[in-house]
Amino acid sequence: MRNAAQIVLLLVVLSDLAILGTSRLSSCIRGLAAQGFLLGLLPVLIAPHVSVHAASLAVGTVIVKAVALPWFLTWAIREAAVRREIEPIVGFIASQLLGALAVALAFAIASRLPLPGMQQPLLVPVSLATLIIGFVVLTTRRKALVQVVGYLILENGIYLFGLTQTESVPFLIELGVLLDIFVGVFIMGIVVFHINREFDSLDSTRLTELSD
Amino acid sequence: MRLLALCAIPLVTALVVLAARTFRGRRVPVALLLVVAGAHLALVTSLWVAPPLPALGGWIAADPLGLTVLTLTSVLFLVTAIYIVGYLRQEAPRSGRVFAGGLLAFLAAASVVALAQHLAMLWVGMEATTLSVAPLVFLRRDRRSLEATWKYLVVSSVGIALALLGTFFLASAQGDLGRPLLLPDLIAHARELHPAWLRAAFLFLLVGFGTKMGLAPMHTWKPDTYGEAPSLVSGLMAGALTSCAFLGVARVSEVVAAAGLGSFAQPVLIAFGLLSLGVAATFVIGQRDMKRLLAYSSVEHMGLLVLGLGLGGVGAYGSMLHLVNNGLAKGWMFLITGNIALATGAANSGNRGLIRTLPASATLLVLGLFAVTGSPPFGMFLSEFTILRAAFDGGHPWIAATILVALAVIFVGMAALVLGIVLGEPPAPTGRNLGAVPVRESRWLVAGPVALAAIVLMLGFYIPGPLRDVLTRAAMALGGTAP
Repeated sequence: MRNAAQIVLLLVVLSDLAILGTSRLSSCIRGLAAQGFLLGLLPVLIAPHVSVHAASLAVGTVIVKAVALPWFLTWAIREAAVRREIEPIVGFIASQLLGALAVALAFAIASRLPLPGMQQPLLVPVSLATLIIGFVVLTTRRKALVQVVGYLILENGIYLFGLTQTESVPFLIELGVLLDIFVGVFIMGIVVFHINREFDSLDSTRLTELSD
Repeated sequence: MRLLALCAIPLVTALVVLAARTFRGRRVPVALLLVVAGAHLALVTSLWVAPPLPALGGWIAADPLGLTVLTLTSVLFLVTAIYIVGYLRQEAPRSGRVFAGGLLAFLAAASVVALAQHLAMLWVGMEATTLSVAPLVFLRRDRRSLEATWKYLVVSSVGIALALLGTFFLASAQGDLGRPLLLPDLIAHARELHPAWLRAAFLFLLVGFGTKMGLAPMHTWKPDTYGEAPSLVSGLMAGALTSCAFLGVARVSEVVAAAGLGSFAQPVLIAFGLLSLGVAATFVIGQRDMKRLLAYSSVEHMGLLVLGLGLGGVGAYGSMLHLVNNGLAKGWMFLITGNIALATGAANSGNRGLIRTLPASATLLVLGLFAVTGSPPFGMFLSEFTILRAAFDGGHPWIAATILVALAVIFVGMAALVLGIVLGEPPAPTGRNLGAVPVRESRWLVAGPVALAAIVLMLGFYIPGPLRDVLTRAAMALGGTAP
């Protein structure tokens, strides 16, 4: 099981880098869905023995992160008739280089953080790398919808770190966190929808009326 | 039971309002809001009379810190609910369901935050406060409110995500010591927590919840959001929501203080506090919009709260007292600003001579100016003075001097706008502009701010025994001393 978990974690990093490199909104969301599915596998692969807790966390994660949110974002693109290109502020090659840098940085930081009884040496560095890459997507993409994707990648990074604590965080809380994220993205999606109708574009750099 | 009811009653009502067919359309179920607000405050009052036992296996309890925030939220919510009766006679929100549902969901989420003893539960509640308020900021659905809602959602969500990471760090620091992430267990084992993880947890939780408080430099969403949201929503945010966020910072400070890491946390808190005061002083000058002005005033007071915490000693008590004063005064000022906006279209420097057209609101606005800037005899004077005393006691005369300069600049900046609006010759009547004829001001719109003003004034002279006791115990838990 341990090897399987490591392979999944490496695939998570690859999905991060793929999202950084893609120029089309639809493949960006597909990458996010794939990442959500990988995240859903992890609780079962990491748990020392299969438990109801790990299984239900896996099911909840797949439903929210791999099905519901990507489906909702796809709906928002179609309904708001968004143009399908991503329009980055930093180019795709440069973003991927930033991503590679983030991965290196994450491994450097993780090697200095002591976590007693850690069974999965890759979990913390992959979590930090995903967190940083989510932040890169959030800050270097113009479209509001892609910024939502960035926020979700950032949340995925935190979710990965949370997996080191599955024993100590009860299921109810995890359910609450998933629900919060779901509602948050739902509201963001509605706002994105209105931004598109109001400004005829999902470009959040056009939101500049308010300033001092 | 009472603790559970405090969270469940508003939550269930919110869900019913959001789901039931009868509440579609523009009509706001205002009677329902009033009943829930009244019941909530009655229950909170009963907590003061007969302290409750912890419920849900110790996950929720009313400790002094939480009780302070809960009571503040409950009072502000009832005042806001009363205000809404008058507000709805002049303005109809686009969706009554979203309006009432959002407010009730906010009350439920804030109650969860105030009562939570499990830090992950606190996080879930805190995120829920952000989400419940977002549709209310978006109520007008025009370009400006759209931009404000987007900034608010993105900045707050990233902030609160960092706080979640901080919460997990805290769990890493705890390891197998006691029940995971429960505050009493964390404090009992504080000295055995892993110090590196605890430091990291403190920093992430401070930045995360500090974003929700609106500490500089994470305050950027604040002026836009408060400026575009309806005034009564801005009032709840500046009074109650920021207090909930401060509670998040205070919770981790409790653990850090118990772990004996105060010398690590205090300089960080002081730095954020001074930066917030500096930013507020810079942007208050020349501000033309009342709500944006109050937003920067809120940045200032959030700075003072963490400064008091960072200075320690009597500063912690000063912060707790300031939390109460600031919450009440912000509710008061935003509701009055709402009255001006209702009567004239916009509460900005385009107004003149309101003392003649809106005598009651204008008087309350001027009184509020003195209260918010910490002038005697209002409660803020006492709490700011306590924080200053902590700076002198701790041997930081330069910090005290910086605070005084910032407070003076902010007073000048706020007075310039407020007095400019209140005094002078009213403009000739054009469109919604009213000219010099006094308008009859609805009692519903004035009663709440008057009540809040009376409490803030009373706290300047006299702090009731039970309140003083609770604030002192809260300050002790934060590593401070009795005043």
